[in-house]
Amino acid sequence: MSWENLGQQLVNGLSLGSIYALIALGYTMVYGILRFINFAHGDVFMIGAFAGLYFHRWLSPFLAGLPNLLSALIILFCSMAVCSLLGVIIEKCAYKPLRKKGRLIMLITAIGVSLFLAYTAQLAFGATPRGFPPLIDVHTFGGGSTPAVTSVQIIVLGVTVALLLGLRFIVMNTRTGLAMHALSLNPTAAALMGVNADSAISFTFALGSAMAGAAGVFYALFYPAIDPFMGLTPGIKAFVAAVLGGIGNIPGAALGGVLLGVIETFVVAYSPNIGVSSGYRDAVAFVILILILLFKPSGLLGKPENEKV
Amino acid sequence: MSSKLILGRRVPVLELNDIRVNYGAIAALHGVTLRVPKGKIVTLIGANGAGKSTTLRAVSGLVNVRSGSIIFGGAPITNLPPHHIAALGIAHVPEGRMIFSNLTVMENLRMGAYLRKDKGNFPGDMDYIFSLFPRLGERLRQSAGTLSGGEQQMLAIGRALMSKPKCLILDEPSLGIAPILVQAIFEKIVEINRTTGVTTLLVEQNASIALEISHYGYVLETGKITLQNESTALLKNSEVRTAYLGAE
Repeated sequence: MSWENLGQQLVNGLSLGSIYALIALGYTMVYGILRFINFAHGDVFMIGAFAGLYFHRWLSPFLAGLPNLLSALIILFCSMAVCSLLGVIIEKCAYKPLRKKGRLIMLITAIGVSLFLAYTAQLAFGATPRGFPPLIDVHTFGGGSTPAVTSVQIIVLGVTVALLLGLRFIVMNTRTGLAMHALSLNPTAAALMGVNADSAISFTFALGSAMAGAAGVFYALFYPAIDPFMGLTPGIKAFVAAVLGGIGNIPGAALGGVLLGVIETFVVAYSPNIGVSSGYRDAVAFVILILILLFKPSGLLGKPENEKV
Repeated sequence: MSSKLILGRRVPVLELNDIRVNYGAIAALHGVTLRVPKGKIVTLIGANGAGKSTTLRAVSGLVNVRSGSIIFGGAPITNLPPHHIAALGIAHVPEGRMIFSNLTVMENLRMGAYLRKDKGNFPGDMDYIFSLFPRLGERLRQSAGTLSGGEQQMLAIGRALMSKPKCLILDEPSLGIAPILVQAIFEKIVEINRTTGVTTLLVEQNASIALEISHYGYVLETGKITLQNESTALLKNSEVRTAYLGAE
């Protein structure tokens, strides 16, 4: 076996990585502000995929005349909106009442919310995997000596970049972004500056969950069989991606996601070369997690946390 | 009574009526009553653990008040959320300064103006702050965490002023500052009060300097006000002199 198709595997890795990156952003933003890991985030991602499925079904009659890409974007934004709302509701109902009770209690609650969402979805949508519609015409560009890139990959990568830039703009250039930043640095000082913690936290959940919703739709486009427990593995991998980039660091989450996607794809593609079975695909993330916690717990872009005086 | 003389007939800007605060089962304040008249500097002195910071934290909504009322500008603000109280015009410079150490001096000042809509006036306001504290102007793009204790205190005060407060509350501005800078910081507090007319409530362990610069003073002991008078009178008071000013 040789290292052929390197470019091809890179494209595949970037596509997978962009999905991890989108999910990882939600983990990292919530961690930045509330210092806890929202383990229900992977299930919001799953709801995003189901929302895409149902919006496709419901909206198809109305979107019939529109170009393919436009109708796909409409379905995407509707799914993102549903997830956004779901994220805000989860925060208000499950986490907000426990905010002063300690992070461990919120963490355990998050696991509860995760199970609640997965099993409620199972009740509503059934346990059997459902087929996901392609949404856009699938073309393949290149192939042979050059990497083969599908139209889905191009659109997913393009929309992901647009979403990341949009998020960056919101965080860096708006008042709400400033409030989120201040809150993550020092909640008490932020409150004294007039930052409304409740609305900034809601906004953080809305943004993070919208990104997870988009990731859910993208994931379903790549792997078009969706089920209520599909959020578990990508959710945990995206958490690893967030830790890899430096938990709490937004560019770090994007970087960690992309890196994890590429590494995972390479391990699978070149498993004979490096002497591991491709069956270890899911173990890659956890090996990375262990290594990063051992050697650079603050992550690639994170700064070691200073004790506040 | 001398307190009537200094307050005149004016309604105080900030008024605490029989405030009680508990931390769990432990009472921190057992009924604190004090008044801060418009445009004056009022100081609250007392030993460590007397409840000085708690009193300020109650005013800005950082701790829950069990009973009693806090009135600001004629309206009750008791137990409102801190961001709401900040929006009404109370700027709290907290104990330990709580500057955003990862942000630059400039970004910290911008954060202080978070609630303001009139972004056009920023350059002028910043100039005023740099005229008070030229050091901040020199270190504008420096990360706030790298400033000295005194400079951080200047930044915390400057950040509070960026909100154009009606009332400034300062918690231990002398804490953790080189002794040579303490006098300078207090002179600036007087200057700010004179030039902007901002009503000031100052909590301080360094009683002599706090009484020297303030108009009126309260002495807090284990959660209760035990003495109050014009600052000049308190400076001469024998109890205050032995307990807080180190006189024989």
